[in-house]
Amino acid sequence: MTRQNQKLLLDSITYTLLILGAVLMVGPFLWMISTSFKLPGDQFTKTLIPPTFTLDNFRELFSVNLNFPLLFWNSAYISILITVGQLLTCAMAAFCFAVVRFKGRNILFTGLLLTMLIPPQVTLIPNFIIFKYLHLIGSSVPLWLPAFWGGAFGTFLLRQYFLTIPRDLVDAARVDGASLIQIFWKIYLPLGKPALAALAIFTFQGAWNDLLHPLVYMPSVPNTMLTVGLAFFQQQMTHGGKFTVLMSGALISILPLLLVFFFAQKQFIEGIAFSGVKR
Amino acid sequence: MDYGLKPLGREKFWLWAMLTPTLIGLVFGALGSVIATIVLSFAKWDLLTSPTWAGLENYIDLFKDPKILLSLTNTVKFSALYVPGVVIISLLIAVLLNRKIRGLSLFRTAYFLPAVTSAVATALVWQMIYGRDTGILNFILARMGMQAVCWLCTGTAMYSVVIVNIWGAIGEGMIIFLAGLTAIPREYYEAAELDGANGTNQFFRITVPLITPSIFFMTLITTINAFQAYDYIYILTRRSQGDSSVPVMVFSIYRNAWNFFNYGGASAQAIELTVIVATLMAFYFWLERRYVVYE
Repeated sequence: MTRQNQKLLLDSITYTLLILGAVLMVGPFLWMISTSFKLPGDQFTKTLIPPTFTLDNFRELFSVNLNFPLLFWNSAYISILITVGQLLTCAMAAFCFAVVRFKGRNILFTGLLLTMLIPPQVTLIPNFIIFKYLHLIGSSVPLWLPAFWGGAFGTFLLRQYFLTIPRDLVDAARVDGASLIQIFWKIYLPLGKPALAALAIFTFQGAWNDLLHPLVYMPSVPNTMLTVGLAFFQQQMTHGGKFTVLMSGALISILPLLLVFFFAQKQFIEGIAFSGVKR
Repeated sequence: MDYGLKPLGREKFWLWAMLTPTLIGLVFGALGSVIATIVLSFAKWDLLTSPTWAGLENYIDLFKDPKILLSLTNTVKFSALYVPGVVIISLLIAVLLNRKIRGLSLFRTAYFLPAVTSAVATALVWQMIYGRDTGILNFILARMGMQAVCWLCTGTAMYSVVIVNIWGAIGEGMIIFLAGLTAIPREYYEAAELDGANGTNQFFRITVPLITPSIFFMTLITTINAFQAYDYIYILTRRSQGDSSVPVMVFSIYRNAWNFFNYGGASAQAIELTVIVATLMAFYFWLERRYVVYE
């Protein structure tokens, strides 16, 4: 086989595999979209294009005993609060670990990294007991409050990025008499924007998609998050339900993240690549 | 320890002020929780009556209670399928995407989509796809003249759930491997080309050794994720009273605590989970020192 032919063969194998894989990855999403526009009577038809196109499922979503707008609002403000808390506290800690010299820095940082090994279940049980005694189960406080205690992943990610910012900038600012806070505020926060954006996206995504924590802390509909609401809705559906309505709910629940992803794809992908390479 | 700014005068106060949230998290959130869970694991407590001392009872249950043992074997089985699945498939996709192809960003978006969206929402579609009489998968099988499969019945459900979990995780793996692959200097391949090494040789002699740091990192986080796998399993295999056809450890912990109010038993299981994951991590780092190539 000539080199030319060999390349052609390899290329066709590559494209065939990639396209086949892409269909498997996107297929379920197309199925979700398709089903959510089908009539309930057509819910099990095997065509991708709805036989009859309808918007009724979305209308019905707002009439079922689920209070979909409330679920959406809860998911939104809880996720935003968690994101704000993480950005604020992780950025402050990351700056200290990356820039400032102080006693116990290495021990503290190692300790923080070790907490990444603790499974969420270990913190979940005592936290639940404490929040139960504070009568906060059923409210959103247990979900967002711990986000204001910093976090190992966010601090680590930001610290690694802060370390790549040239030290000359700090030294020059110091000569000009800048204080620690000014250096943080005027140099590291503006220059750290790409990493902050990546962390914001990760945190928001994690909070929005989380099932376990809202299931424990806000277990009952209607006042809970979208994930728990959908799971509850699914259970109702199994008794002679309309999958078309369920799919329209699922579709609406993933829309915000799809929007974030399409507008901030670069930060998303570079953030993951960064966290994987710079260890 | 020798790099870094020295805080001057009152800046010391600001330094510790900035670290305070993290310190609270470390002391109360992490250390406190671990201690509390360990203490709880030696107690019996339903949060309604006062707690009683249980001694080692909860830990003995870990080895005697068939339900807990089943959750352990399920988790091990799940991880043994899931971890290699995710690592190998995402590496394969990354290698294909790295071959200077057209439409890279389009493919990347397609493969990354499941990693962005909520597992709960996508698991609901998978439930439809897996449907026994109504699902598209069995429809396709029937078209090809094959028997219908009960995808979510006990036994098969394990594999169906692993497939969905892999589907949801390869997007992130692909990105991490792609970053690792693009970091390999082109000159290595050019030199190998001059020496007459073929594609297979180049892959196993250059790509694989130089990608070992990414493989290590991916195996590490995928293992951690495997022991945390919950969302897809919850939606796809849930039965009445918090039971599941594929009860993994996380599932069992939740059920023990929040369905049966056995917080002590659930704590012992959480400790067991921590010990297993920590042991695996230690083993991985031992492997890293022996086999991972850092430039």
